[in-house]
Amino acid sequence: MTEHILESIGLFIPEIILVAAFCAIIIFDLLLKKRTQVGGWILLAALLLCGIALAAQWGISSSAFFEMIVIDPFALFFKFLLVVSGVFIILFSMQNEELMPYKSRISEYYMLISGMMLGMFLMVSSTNLLMMYLAFEMTSISSYVLVGFTKKSIRSAESSVKYIIFGSVSSGILIYGISLIYGLTGSLNIFEIGAAMSAMESTPVFSMALLMVVTGIGFKIAIVPFHFWAPDVYEGAPITITALLAVASEIAAITMLIRFFRISFTGEDASGSFIMIPEGIRWDMLLAILAAATMILGNLSALWQDNIKRMLAYSSIAHAGYIMMGVVVMTDQGISAVMLYAFMYLFMNLGAFYVAMLFSNKFHTESIEAYKGLGYRTPFAAIAFTVFLVSLTGLPPTAGFIAKLYIFGAAVNAGWIWLVLIAGVMTIVSLFYYIRVARNMFLYKPDESAGPVRFDNATLAVLVLLLAPVLVLGLYFTPVLEFIQHSLAMYGM
Amino acid sequence: MELQFLGIGILTWILFLPVAGMILILLIPGERIQAIRITATAITGLQVILAAVIFRHFDRGIEGINSIEGFQFVEQFSWITVEAVPWFGRIEIFYFLGIDGLSVLMIMLTALIGLIGAISSWTITKQVKGYFALYMLLITGMMGVFLALDFFLFFIFWEVMLLPMYFLIGIWGGPRREYAAIKFFLYTFVGGILMMLVMLALYFSVAVPDPVTGELVHTFNLLHMMNPAYYVEGSLLAGVDTTWRYVAWMALFINFAIKIPLFPFHTWLPDAHVEAPTPISVILAGVLLKLGTYGLLRISFPIFPDGTMYFMIFMAVLGMISIIYGAFCALAQDDFKKLIAYSSISHMGIVVLGIAALNTQGMVGGVLQMFNHGIITAVLFLMVGVVYDRTGKRGLNDFGGLANQMPKYTGIAMVGMFAALGLPGLNGFVSELFSFLGAFEAYRWIAIVSVFGIIITAGYILWTLQRVFLGKTPEHLTNLKDLTTRELVCFIPLVILIILLGVYPSPAIELMNTSLSYLVQVVTVPAY
Repeated sequence: MTEHILESIGLFIPEIILVAAFCAIIIFDLLLKKRTQVGGWILLAALLLCGIALAAQWGISSSAFFEMIVIDPFALFFKFLLVVSGVFIILFSMQNEELMPYKSRISEYYMLISGMMLGMFLMVSSTNLLMMYLAFEMTSISSYVLVGFTKKSIRSAESSVKYIIFGSVSSGILIYGISLIYGLTGSLNIFEIGAAMSAMESTPVFSMALLMVVTGIGFKIAIVPFHFWAPDVYEGAPITITALLAVASEIAAITMLIRFFRISFTGEDASGSFIMIPEGIRWDMLLAILAAATMILGNLSALWQDNIKRMLAYSSIAHAGYIMMGVVVMTDQGISAVMLYAFMYLFMNLGAFYVAMLFSNKFHTESIEAYKGLGYRTPFAAIAFTVFLVSLTGLPPTAGFIAKLYIFGAAVNAGWIWLVLIAGVMTIVSLFYYIRVARNMFLYKPDESAGPVRFDNATLAVLVLLLAPVLVLGLYFTPVLEFIQHSLAMYGM
Repeated sequence: MELQFLGIGILTWILFLPVAGMILILLIPGERIQAIRITATAITGLQVILAAVIFRHFDRGIEGINSIEGFQFVEQFSWITVEAVPWFGRIEIFYFLGIDGLSVLMIMLTALIGLIGAISSWTITKQVKGYFALYMLLITGMMGVFLALDFFLFFIFWEVMLLPMYFLIGIWGGPRREYAAIKFFLYTFVGGILMMLVMLALYFSVAVPDPVTGELVHTFNLLHMMNPAYYVEGSLLAGVDTTWRYVAWMALFINFAIKIPLFPFHTWLPDAHVEAPTPISVILAGVLLKLGTYGLLRISFPIFPDGTMYFMIFMAVLGMISIIYGAFCALAQDDFKKLIAYSSISHMGIVVLGIAALNTQGMVGGVLQMFNHGIITAVLFLMVGVVYDRTGKRGLNDFGGLANQMPKYTGIAMVGMFAALGLPGLNGFVSELFSFLGAFEAYRWIAIVSVFGIIITAGYILWTLQRVFLGKTPEHLTNLKDLTTRELVCFIPLVILIILLGVYPSPAIELMNTSLSYLVQVVTVPAY
């Protein structure tokens, strides 16, 4: 018993580092009132340490704390993505002028981010429904506060309240679903649930429980029809938090969904090929319909947006739809496509949010119409923005194309032709709103009075850090694929 | 057959020279306009020299099409390799270039038109650096499509062209450039997505045993996709004459038809042409449209011979409609550029009619027509560019009596226009004749109806000649300068080719005859 706990603590080092950072930020904030960015630096250091601790866990596949969480290559991959996105978000936050009026409280902001990171770490690695719920809540509650962090802005406060209300309802539905599953199978451990499932026949109650769990997690991913909070919250939140929600939290929730479905609801038949359990419930069809609806609504709504944050919010919803295609397939191929997509999506979406933030800092506008002529005033940032958006569209030779190719490929190979067709049509629709930004930047002349705008070197360095993977991975992605292949193994599969 | 410079194959050189040029141009400070122009011209000039070397060393007797031995100057390197795992199999994508009789003429055309376009781009004065950087990228994209023998590579180059083209039309174009640019982008992107889906379906349907281990490896290799033996039993596109194969053929066809552009997918072309700056119109009509018919011949025909045979009459009918419809539309235009745009639709219809005949005459006629039309429309668009630069006008009714003022210009324009009309002795005649001969053999009535297109063509060309070059000179056109030396440099090689290939077309026909006869055989005599 004690031995197991000690062993588990040894596996829990990355999370412990985050907890330590959480405490350290509070203490240092009390000690050094004036050094305002200190929280950011502490968290940055903690994340880098955390990255090293994660690297030390390479290849481990084991469970900890009585199968509450697992440490496996699959979780490690997503933790790595979370760390990378966390590092970028902190770098962005240090430059975000929206946060400047709240300098005296800025350590709270970083503290909450570290809490959210911890929650997401647990989301990707938990294998017990109760633990999943706790992780889910930890992420949610931190993000409720973060969304409303710029509290003097009415929109921010409003979106925070909206988020809390919708979030609590969906958490309630999730826990209700969990309790039904517990009632049906007598266990909260997803491995045991999986074992119980394979012996079970489908019942309406069971379908309902499943639907409730999908609703709860779907809320976090922002898939249609559980997405209605997302545009308002994304628009109202500080842009760095929007990026965090649209990238990290979306990826973490999808990971949780994959692990839950993969372990509890799939199995192998006698010949060793992949089957769904219990028979009779077409949850893949349910997810496919949700994915299709998400792609359609996300893309069509993004067409009409003028606010860049809102447009990127809808575009994130649309991308959640593409990623869901891989979840629908659920075979190794589908999941590796999801992982590849998540990897590429991280850089291109963070990049797009970053340039949007820079523009909002410099030009104090979030309106796409106000971007006219910016391509001539700040060529490098505008070209980078174009590359990120082109990558989000999925045009070669960018990372986004490879990501889309793999997701589409997995779906084609699994026979989901109608779903791929919808995704194809929606990709064409998406071209229209992504290219609109590039059009405004380059196809119009700036005003005579407006001079060139320069960004400092640190900004350009961050931009290059984001730009390089988007371009390089579009042409050479062997290492990423190999990384994913090594990371596909889930504990207990 | 291998040719290398500095240890790098000639095809890689000709393909990536423009990218090197783009980087060079980006390094030159934006104010040094002249240096940028000279760099661009020098790079495209080098490409022409390389193309000449290829022409000199190309073996006319090798078939190509579906076997790697048939290709020349082949370069094949593993590009993306991921070792096998049980659930995915090995992933392999090749950097695989090669040319055969089908592509060699297109390489020549791209290099030549690329140079001519670069020289005529000297008139561009706005954002010169950005312009030439995008221009270079565009050339690489086009060259890559003609060289690639791996579907993945082909697709990447196919899509790489879109963005430069969008900005080239969108930034440097005419008053409605924004609309024209996005229309072009959307149309071709629709096709691109369709092609991507077919590419994926083919990828998962085709698997080649590894020569050493014997494990099955999925592949993007176009040549393997042409071999029915490599299709995995029970996969989506396995078998012959299945519904899925027809669907895949149709999806590919729509993609290529948008690019050609074939009726009813042609509506983007007149807009794009009218708004694009002159050199971009030249590239667009001279090379870009040929990618469509080239794609049909390189991908649709040999990979889906069953679909091709099934839909051949459908293709021929669309070709016929394009010929007649394009010609009638041209007759109705009074904008010079729009007229040439519609005449392009009509002439590309002849290409489709020729290749849809699926016999050697038709095929040779079609491919030769691709080359000839590239040369002829380049002359025609440059010709419009000359008067547009001088007067800012393009309306056919704005001109008159130019023959008196600009004799050199008129002489060259006459050659171009008569070649477009199909006058014997000029190159257009040869290829049109072959195309119609082939078509007549295959579908008599379609060919007979199509030939009427020529009469309409004669109508609009002669009418244009009369309105622009003859008659009274309007007041505002009294002191126009004749061609400058730079303009003459653009025109002269093209005019020489028009006359040379009109009188003596054998050098061009010899290049492709073997490959195209073999392609006909591949399509019409099934391997199964």
